[in-house]
Amino acid sequence: MIRHPFLRALVGTRLNLALTVVMLALLAWVVPPLYGWLLGHAVWEAPNRAGCAAAGSGACWAFIRARFALFFYGIYPEPERWRVDLGFVLLLAAGLVALRGRGGAKLVALFAAVIAIDAVLLVGGVFGLPFVPTAQWGGLMLNVVISAIAIAGALPLGIALAFGRRSTYPIIRLGSIAFIEFWRGVPLLTVLFMGLILLPMFLPNGMTVDNLVRALVVMTLFEGAYMAETIRGGLQGVPPGQSEAARALGMHEGQVRMKVVLPQALRLSIPGIINIAVDLFKDTTLVSIVGLFDLMGVVTQSLKDTSWSGLAAEGYTFAAIVFFLSCLVISLAGTVLERRFAVAHR
Amino acid sequence: MTSRQKAWGLQALALIGAGAVLAFFAVNAVGNLAARGMVLDYGFLWQRAGFDIPFHLVAWEPSFTYGHALFVAGVNTAFASVLCIALASALGLVLALMRLSGNLLAGGVARVLVEVIRNTPQLTQVVFFYLAVLAVLPPMRQSLSMGGVAFLNVRGLYVPAPTDGPWDTIALATLGVVLVAAVLWRRLGMMVPRLFVLPAVLVAGLALAGWTAGWDVPVLKGFNFVGGVRLPPEVVALVLGISIYTSAFIAEALRAAIQGVHRGQGEAARSLGLTGGQTMFLVVLPQAMRLLVPPLTSQYLNIIKSTTLGAAIAYPEILQIFARTVLNQSGRAIEVMTLVLGVFLAVNLLVSALMNAWNRRLALSGR
Repeated sequence: MIRHPFLRALVGTRLNLALTVVMLALLAWVVPPLYGWLLGHAVWEAPNRAGCAAAGSGACWAFIRARFALFFYGIYPEPERWRVDLGFVLLLAAGLVALRGRGGAKLVALFAAVIAIDAVLLVGGVFGLPFVPTAQWGGLMLNVVISAIAIAGALPLGIALAFGRRSTYPIIRLGSIAFIEFWRGVPLLTVLFMGLILLPMFLPNGMTVDNLVRALVVMTLFEGAYMAETIRGGLQGVPPGQSEAARALGMHEGQVRMKVVLPQALRLSIPGIINIAVDLFKDTTLVSIVGLFDLMGVVTQSLKDTSWSGLAAEGYTFAAIVFFLSCLVISLAGTVLERRFAVAHR
Repeated sequence: MTSRQKAWGLQALALIGAGAVLAFFAVNAVGNLAARGMVLDYGFLWQRAGFDIPFHLVAWEPSFTYGHALFVAGVNTAFASVLCIALASALGLVLALMRLSGNLLAGGVARVLVEVIRNTPQLTQVVFFYLAVLAVLPPMRQSLSMGGVAFLNVRGLYVPAPTDGPWDTIALATLGVVLVAAVLWRRLGMMVPRLFVLPAVLVAGLALAGWTAGWDVPVLKGFNFVGGVRLPPEVVALVLGISIYTSAFIAEALRAAIQGVHRGQGEAARSLGLTGGQTMFLVVLPQAMRLLVPPLTSQYLNIIKSTTLGAAIAYPEILQIFARTVLNQSGRAIEVMTLVLGVFLAVNLLVSALMNAWNRRLALSGR
């Protein structure tokens, strides 16, 4: 009889032993070649693809090194890239402040201010900053920009729709339901195409809208519908006694909603909101299909470069690693946020 | 002002606001259409399409109409969806069983896989399979053989095709019987749980169908394969990418559902003298199903929506054929986009309505 719990979990019963053996065989089959390709025989320095092939049989990371800046900034002009860095640092700082888990209305003001400053920084054209058209934005920066703006827009939209769906006014309730069900019923890619193809048809003749703005509007509306359902779940989780008590204290309806129900509902919705943020960040890659050059788009574009052509495995593995790490950071931040806000909750 | 007046005032305001936005769009659309000398007209659906659809399961000729192209592309979307749902469910089940096995190593491997898969964009996975795996496969002559019946090479996956024999009748009849039995089970007074019998009947029926069919196995003749069906790299990449991505979410849903059944239920069943298998199939799984239906429905709906990623690798599904090819040829932006959106919206609303109905039955029958 095996007593040690660690060993028992591996070889406790006959079935368990068999499973362990199968798993070890599988790992022995997959891990060594994978390690060899990723690191063991990988080439970190080479002038081009031929140089990589001559130097080793593993991944050609020299390609990633050669295009590193492109993958992060797109073709944003090189002397102006400090603006992107500064904007990102500001966003990160605001995020860290939010992680403290205090200050509702002040946090909203802080994020609004940071987004406004970042917009000025990235677009330029004022305060002596040269103008950078969005056609030159690209790489991971574009994924971050789209995610940040879409989340910032989707939160208030989602709150409004969630309250709208619970409204006692039939027209507002039905309108909210129709809006939410439409956006949740169609694939994101089809509505991105809709923004691309149909928006010009629905605007006054000759009026054009920036490609990035189109994607931003569509993403915000799309995520707003999902956000609404998550927040609705949160609203349902707030005991009715809370709003009844608030009314008994003489608060009017607006105060009951904004000061009593919503804060508690948002706290309950944190895990759902974080899930939406992670999904949204991954979904920003879809803009590469409608003509924007986010990280996926830039990687695909670089594969056409003759000196590095055909290194798809390296390019997309790198993109996957970057997205994996980013999603991990968002999830971690979510866990911290959840714990910070849970303190007050019993 | 009474609260009643306020209520109607507010709603009238909302209605006027929404109406104004819609009217603004409508006026512009009419103006833009007029400027291009066009009117809103779905009549083009009866015109000759004139383009080729590289992969089609039902008959297609360029001389067919645009309307027919919608059907062919819809079949392609449905085909990819069904394959993805089957494969993602199977992979998800394997991952969930690995995590629930109690084996430290299997649980750890499954956990790492789930985390890596679900934190990487679906599009990256699909394109990775398309450009980094399938595009670098060996040429026709050096095909990777899978047991001598299926062959994988740079041109795609060659699989055997069922030919003559009553296989399609048997398969359809089995599906029909299983569906009807699933719905009428309780009314027929069946005592054995559905979960136990219906999957067995389904597997047996499909096996019989496969056994009675004549199989047309692909064979390498000269420079090409003869016989069987060629699944082009586009569909293989799309199905692999979407299935693997969704399997991670299905695995988590399965695990949560099984762990969501109160421990006491299983313990009570064991103390009543039920065997391990009986406990699992008669007590734990039926209750887990109730927790599983809503998340599983949303994953299956996600799969159907995700097949539009085919537009990234030129798999001829609805979005690719209509928002690209048909739009380029006909220039009918509004008609094309309303059709594509309408198809997906209708399918989604229908499936979620059906699943909600089933979910209500499951939820009620338990209390």
